[in-house]
Amino acid sequence: MSLKKTSLYAATTVAALSVALTACGGSSSSGSSGGAWDKDATVNIGSLYEPQNLDNTAGGGQGVTEALNGNVYEGLFKLTDDGDVEKLLAENYKVSDDGLTYTFTLRDGVRFHSGKKLTSADVKYSLEKVLADDSQSARKSNLKVVKHIATPDAKTVKVTLSQKSISFVYNLSYVWIINSEAKNLKTTEDGTGPYTLAKWTRGSALSLDRFADYWGDAAANKKVVFHYYKNATALNNALMTNAVDVVTGEQSPDALDQFKNNQNYKVNDGDSTTKLLLAFNDKAKPFNNVKVRQAVSAAIDDKKLLHSVWGDYGRLIGSMVPPTDPWYEDLTDVNAYNVKKAKRLLAEAGYRDGFAFTLDTPNYDPHPTAATFIKSELAKVGITVKINTITSDQWYTKVYQNHDFTATLQEHVNDRDLVWYGNPDFYWGYDDKHVTAWIKQAEEASTTAQQTALLKKANRKTAEDAASDWLYLYPQIVVASSKLSGYPLNGLNAQFYAYDIKKKG
Amino acid sequence: MGRYLLRRLAFLAVSLVLASVVLFVLLRMLPGDPANALTSVGAGPEQIAAARRSIGSDRPLPEQFTHWFGQLASGDLGTSFVSSLPVGPEVTARLNVTVPLTLAAFVLAILIAVPAGFVAAYHRRTWYGALLSGVSQLGIAVPVFWLGMILIAVFALNAGWLPSGGFPQDGWAAPADAIRSLVLPVVTIALVMSASLIRYVRSATLDVLGSDYLRTARALGESFGTAMWRHGLRNASVPVISILGIELASTLLGAVVVESVYALPGLGSLLATGITQHDYPVIQGVLFVSTLAVLLIGFLADLVQRIVDPRLRSRLSGGAR
Repeated sequence: MSLKKTSLYAATTVAALSVALTACGGSSSSGSSGGAWDKDATVNIGSLYEPQNLDNTAGGGQGVTEALNGNVYEGLFKLTDDGDVEKLLAENYKVSDDGLTYTFTLRDGVRFHSGKKLTSADVKYSLEKVLADDSQSARKSNLKVVKHIATPDAKTVKVTLSQKSISFVYNLSYVWIINSEAKNLKTTEDGTGPYTLAKWTRGSALSLDRFADYWGDAAANKKVVFHYYKNATALNNALMTNAVDVVTGEQSPDALDQFKNNQNYKVNDGDSTTKLLLAFNDKAKPFNNVKVRQAVSAAIDDKKLLHSVWGDYGRLIGSMVPPTDPWYEDLTDVNAYNVKKAKRLLAEAGYRDGFAFTLDTPNYDPHPTAATFIKSELAKVGITVKINTITSDQWYTKVYQNHDFTATLQEHVNDRDLVWYGNPDFYWGYDDKHVTAWIKQAEEASTTAQQTALLKKANRKTAEDAASDWLYLYPQIVVASSKLSGYPLNGLNAQFYAYDIKKKG
Repeated sequence: MGRYLLRRLAFLAVSLVLASVVLFVLLRMLPGDPANALTSVGAGPEQIAAARRSIGSDRPLPEQFTHWFGQLASGDLGTSFVSSLPVGPEVTARLNVTVPLTLAAFVLAILIAVPAGFVAAYHRRTWYGALLSGVSQLGIAVPVFWLGMILIAVFALNAGWLPSGGFPQDGWAAPADAIRSLVLPVVTIALVMSASLIRYVRSATLDVLGSDYLRTARALGESFGTAMWRHGLRNASVPVISILGIELASTLLGAVVVESVYALPGLGSLLATGITQHDYPVIQGVLFVSTLAVLLIGFLADLVQRIVDPRLRSRLSGGAR
């Protein structure tokens, strides 16, 4: 079993390598035959998400992932724009029979920006940094299974887990490998990526320079500047006046027309992982009753809501799982829009005359719009919604920490986050012993096929139970100058790889 | 004059200390915890506690205050909770945008408002005098962000003469770019500011035009121009100067709307970001510096008024108060 698996990994390595080589040959030849793109171009990227600091274990936020992940820092593995996990600083790895020991072999010839050679000690340090007591990494809880990290030699890292975790390798794609001797990581960096940090001017811009000693293919441009804007209008103006070449994610469809009908720009409709949820408190009345949740889900016309917020963009989902997750299944028919059915379910649940509840609504877009819409939809089946507008801070304390709510609106941005329904202590309090067990078993599965099958089962059950109402999946719209190519379209988990971006002179 | 200056400076120092106490206490009354800004949504209680420890928000308030005030006294504005960057250089960098922006807008506003206000008063019975008054009235009603958007649409998006926003990352090391990026914001603030200034200049001029001393000066044979220059302007400027002081001070932080429209990294936007992140050292730093600036501007306005108006000088230095 273990032998088979090892050889399987070895085979994929060879395959991946050959693919990489062909890709390499392909791109360089297309580049030279086109001859139009500028190897030393500066790519200007417009974004609304300025990092709070530069350390992703110290609350750097979404912006630091966007600017530095894959560009300045690299992990043992990387999550591609299509959602696949590929080896990056790990050249190879082996999993023991019991699935508890992972042995990673590091790539040769990798240097940090400071010039130091990458060793296993740096990997150990970086993993421990994520797991440390004071770490604020979003992945800390996923990596808690790590029991012991050994470094038998400079090229080898051996990680022992306390229990099997099939997502371990995937989770490692979020762990930046940092020079163990680096200091001041909130304001400086020392990674291994294709760019070095040139300058961060808070409130304005962050620029990256191509790293001359990069171990892999050099970046397709010489300099990347992330320009930060406070509002979408200023951002779109910058794109219109060529102050930026690409916008990492449009937040509203209003501005798209000016780019759609303009041959100087390209509007790309990619896949996002951000879901808008009407999250019930599944432990509190009346939403502890499955029928009430199903009724509310059936009473809201998600399609109309999506259209009013996003026009022709975005898509409906009937569950927590977006199409880029490996266990996606189209479940939009489960608890689909059906007012008659909603009324019947309410009557069965003993709420023939409806009821009233308070909807805790974050005060930023699109939540207030969605809340008003939900209020008018539910009024049609006799349910009265009281909209209680709160700040994100209040949401965090009231809803997330204290579970003091009946229903709330929230966007959930991460991929593969179905697993929260397997945690009865999560803020929405969904507690189904089958789902909890399936999600646990999936994590301890030996093959991805097993994992996928179990998560599909869990997902279907949460959808049927209307654990939450998944209103819609956001679109991921990247608008770029038509001079640009090679930019990421999906931007999974807010990352934005800049090294393949080519700009015509 | 010397005693007056001393007294004024002592007043300044006491005001500053009082203001710093007030703003420290007021900030701590805001709901929410700065540790939340640092932790991610998956954070457990121990992570939040660690965040609190690392920024010192778990210590008693008096201790936090003495710590901050001690730093302040030695000229250190502290370190941001969120970015770990020292606040002092951060504020300085923002002042590099906000001060030129405010001063240039201020000067431009005066250049527009003084002649326009004078014309509106002196020629108040002509059609263009009335038009000027009307336009300034309208100008007061125009929201600054709307004017900004119009100017961007006309001069940046359509004509392409000027950038629609942003400030060069190298700042004033690229002077031409820096100036170009400030032109539209300066014009925006100046137009809105001058609208209200025109009203003040106009009414101050009207007072002077109807005054006895101007009539007397004319009767003594001075030409209108000389009389206006020697007596009118001086008298008219006294109330206008105090208004100017207030306008300048409020623009310093009030420019936040313009900074947002034009994506400028100014002091106001630093404050706005600091508030959303509960970044107390940043908020305190910005408010302290702006309080200092407002007090200084008030002090300067007083001083200029005394130089312009000898009556204020003699009354106070004579010990009447």
